[in-house]
Amino acid sequence: MKKRGLLNGIKVALLAAATALLLSGCDSSSMIVLDPKGPVGHTELKLIILSVVLCAIVVIPVLGILVYIILRYRDKPGNKAPYQPDWDDSKTLEVIWWGIPIVIIAILGVFTVKGIHTLTKPPVQNAKPITIQVTSLDWKWLFEYPEQGIATVNHVEIPAGVPVQFELMADGPMNSFWVPQLGGQEYTMPGMAMRLWLQADEPGTYFGSGANFTGKGFAHMRFDVVAKPQADFNKWVEKVKKTSPAMTTDTYANLKKKGLSDVKYFSSYPKDHFKKVLNKNGGQYMKMNDKKKDDSQFHEMKDMEDMSDMSEMDMDHN
Amino acid sequence: MIDKIKDFASHFFVTGDPLIYGADVSIGLSMVAIFFVLTYFKKWGWLWREWLTTVDHKKIGIMYIIASLLMLFRGGVDALLMRAQLALPNVHFLQSEHYNEIFTTHGTIMILFMAMPMMFGLFNIAVPLQIGARDVAYPFLNAFSFWMFFVGAMLFNLSFVIGGSPDAGWLAYPPLSELSGSPGVGENFYIWGIQLSGVGSLASGINFVVTILKMRAKGMKMMQMPLFTWSVFASCVTIIIAFPVLTVTLALLFIDRFAGGHFFTMLHGGNPMMYVNLIWMWGHPEVYIVVLPAFGVFSEVVSVFSKKRIFGYKSMVFSLMIISILSYFTWVHHFFTMGASANVNAFFAITTMAIAIPTGVKVFNWLFTMFRGRIRIEQPMLWTLGFIPTFLIGGATGVMLAVAPADYQYHNSYFLIAHFHQVLIGGVVFGYLAGIYYWWPKMFGFKLNVKLGLWAFWLWNIGFYVCFMPQYALGFMGMTRRVYTYGWDMGWGPLNLISSIGAVLMGIGFIFQVWQILYSIKYGERDTTGDPWDGHTLEWTIPSPAPEYNFAIEPIVKGQDDFWRMKKEGIVPMTKESEIKPIHMPRNSGIPFIMSWFWFIAGFGFTFGWTWMIVVGLLGVAGSMLARSFTKKLDYYIPVEEIKETEAKFGRLV
Repeated sequence: MKKRGLLNGIKVALLAAATALLLSGCDSSSMIVLDPKGPVGHTELKLIILSVVLCAIVVIPVLGILVYIILRYRDKPGNKAPYQPDWDDSKTLEVIWWGIPIVIIAILGVFTVKGIHTLTKPPVQNAKPITIQVTSLDWKWLFEYPEQGIATVNHVEIPAGVPVQFELMADGPMNSFWVPQLGGQEYTMPGMAMRLWLQADEPGTYFGSGANFTGKGFAHMRFDVVAKPQADFNKWVEKVKKTSPAMTTDTYANLKKKGLSDVKYFSSYPKDHFKKVLNKNGGQYMKMNDKKKDDSQFHEMKDMEDMSDMSEMDMDHN
Repeated sequence: MIDKIKDFASHFFVTGDPLIYGADVSIGLSMVAIFFVLTYFKKWGWLWREWLTTVDHKKIGIMYIIASLLMLFRGGVDALLMRAQLALPNVHFLQSEHYNEIFTTHGTIMILFMAMPMMFGLFNIAVPLQIGARDVAYPFLNAFSFWMFFVGAMLFNLSFVIGGSPDAGWLAYPPLSELSGSPGVGENFYIWGIQLSGVGSLASGINFVVTILKMRAKGMKMMQMPLFTWSVFASCVTIIIAFPVLTVTLALLFIDRFAGGHFFTMLHGGNPMMYVNLIWMWGHPEVYIVVLPAFGVFSEVVSVFSKKRIFGYKSMVFSLMIISILSYFTWVHHFFTMGASANVNAFFAITTMAIAIPTGVKVFNWLFTMFRGRIRIEQPMLWTLGFIPTFLIGGATGVMLAVAPADYQYHNSYFLIAHFHQVLIGGVVFGYLAGIYYWWPKMFGFKLNVKLGLWAFWLWNIGFYVCFMPQYALGFMGMTRRVYTYGWDMGWGPLNLISSIGAVLMGIGFIFQVWQILYSIKYGERDTTGDPWDGHTLEWTIPSPAPEYNFAIEPIVKGQDDFWRMKKEGIVPMTKESEIKPIHMPRNSGIPFIMSWFWFIAGFGFTFGWTWMIVVGLLGVAGSMLARSFTKKLDYYIPVEEIKETEAKFGRLV
């Protein structure tokens, strides 16, 4: 029995040490998912909190019951607790524990479905959204601004308070585009353009990364999202247009080669570039396959009439 | 010529890393050691007669468990290497490619070459005994299943030193796993290692479904079967539907790689998302395939060690079957963020959450089995009690992940990693360990040492929480899975260090278990009764270890927990001399062993694209089949005298 005491002692000491270390690591400012800076992230955080609370309603009492039962019904001499070896059925109890999870899942389900539909729409209706086309490459991120005509690598700037429609694709392996403080991620796929709405409420620099493994350089696929007031953003665009080189087909061919890249800025890029790369990777098959269109479902990858819209959006390129 | 050979060898053998040279040396040394020991003790004949050619389900079960423990070691070393690399920011212990190979092999090995065989090991050991059968329905096929798993695992592991390991993740998403993303042979090793062992898994699934449906003792109705047997049934039905999907998926990927197909490349009309759908149509049910039998083990253990009947037997059976069906309607939750429409995501979010309902019911039933019982905390029960809190938290985080919009934040992050390790270690590994501790005396005739077992249990448990709780937080801090390094700027360092410490604790726990086994072989408490735990089911009515024919006289069952009923009625299971009849048994065969190694040769040929080798391998397979079809002596009878002698030795003859 002495040994048991020793074991328990070690257990307690280890748990205490672990908790202390854990807390030291839990500096809340670094929990970026729990510290959203935009409406999309906030919607998701609310669901996270709701699901934690609903689960805790079941988990915590059950843990308590478990401890109570183990203590009370140990097989010790002189234990006076009732012993009923043949008691193995109770309709009432079973109805209760089929019922409780059903109710909880029903509540959570309703909020989940609402949340899914909320996130397919622009986060705010009163501002004109901007579009940024994102291409994941081996192993860097290319951002093209169809309305502004500029492009960047591994760095993206957005106007604060404005919904941003990211159009995502991959020219290489699949990846996933994730800026935790602005909201959840969406995959980038070759030949399929997908959409993700994000928005920053306040100026700031937000951490972004690739979330789906793409090979050797995957760990280095980081980028910053810099949100600025609209006026500053416009100035930044002007500056890039004036001071940066143009992205040519050759530049892109070099960029596409496997390897890492620094932050880069381009004052322009070839016309219809996003669409061409998409089609080169088989985008035309998606177009043929899909006739449906439902404007309310921006998360949908199908929705191929977007692709034809895109040429219009690209009109103002130089 | 010499240059050609040199050039070939430099591509063929993996070189350039001290870890790999270390592996080369240790593989070489252990082969020499095994060879030496077997020769010195003149054990080659014994090995061949007793093990390599056996069709006895109990021996096959033991071989499965030994192989899976070896794979647990290999997968565990992989895990520790990864945790060493991630312990601190900017560590340069492993290069990116090497790290990628390690997490790919860690995942593949743990699921397919550790969890699956450990599960089949328990099936083999317990199911025929629980239902009062003398063997499985197809003993020859059973041996073939084992050897196919074994050669598949060997082929996969060979990639570490020959040709290079796969490095596209354990589910090998294209286009990364296509030739464009992974030009080496690593992915071929992955495909063929899994294909070969997958044949074995599918055959085992069929074997046990038939065994359970057709081989039950007289009088045992389906609704009287022990819950472990029910869980095996649920799991095997799921295997039969899921594994063909895996086979086809990997075959299509291989055609893409080998013959220039375009099933999963967008060019020429394929679609990588189709692969992702298909692989998860297998992959999600797979999770339930491995966890359902663990639920079965817990049900047996909780009831026996609470000295009580299982609470809510009918709803336990119902929930097992409903989980196995629901498991087919949740696969899309693995890629909520891959652009499915809102309604599709909503459907799969709800079905995924719905799985929590029957699973939750099981937890309540286990709790109320203990309620008003008498709880003995022996080793199997200890692991069951350790499982409940772990699985509750894991289940809760599973429900959190099922909330699709929230999943956009968790997806591919360390939150997900923490969740699935929590359910797979807390549910599956703890469950199988409970099962191994529970049936160990039945397998080998002695109990495992309790003191060492306690050390192992606490190290595993504490290590588990220390390792994975910080990973939930890391997910919230934006750390994504499969990154091989990170900088100081993210603040991920401290939690990763804690997590690595936890992994080391679990590793030490495993060492304690190895020690426990070795120690107990010599000093473990012998089980002379055949019923060391005061069990409820038929396997405890026979001696430990069970004789070759299991039951000298086939039992006739009168209800659920039949042995418990017998004990209450004061019936002692003895063998009446007058009732003994000769027992019909299958004859040993070397063909499963030989045929599987020909499959290995063919698989190796496919991996490297060497036609001559493929031909040799497939001809050998065909030859083995022919040889089997011309084998006349497939069975034999154990004479009455021999049975009497065996039963008398156990003191069972009256």
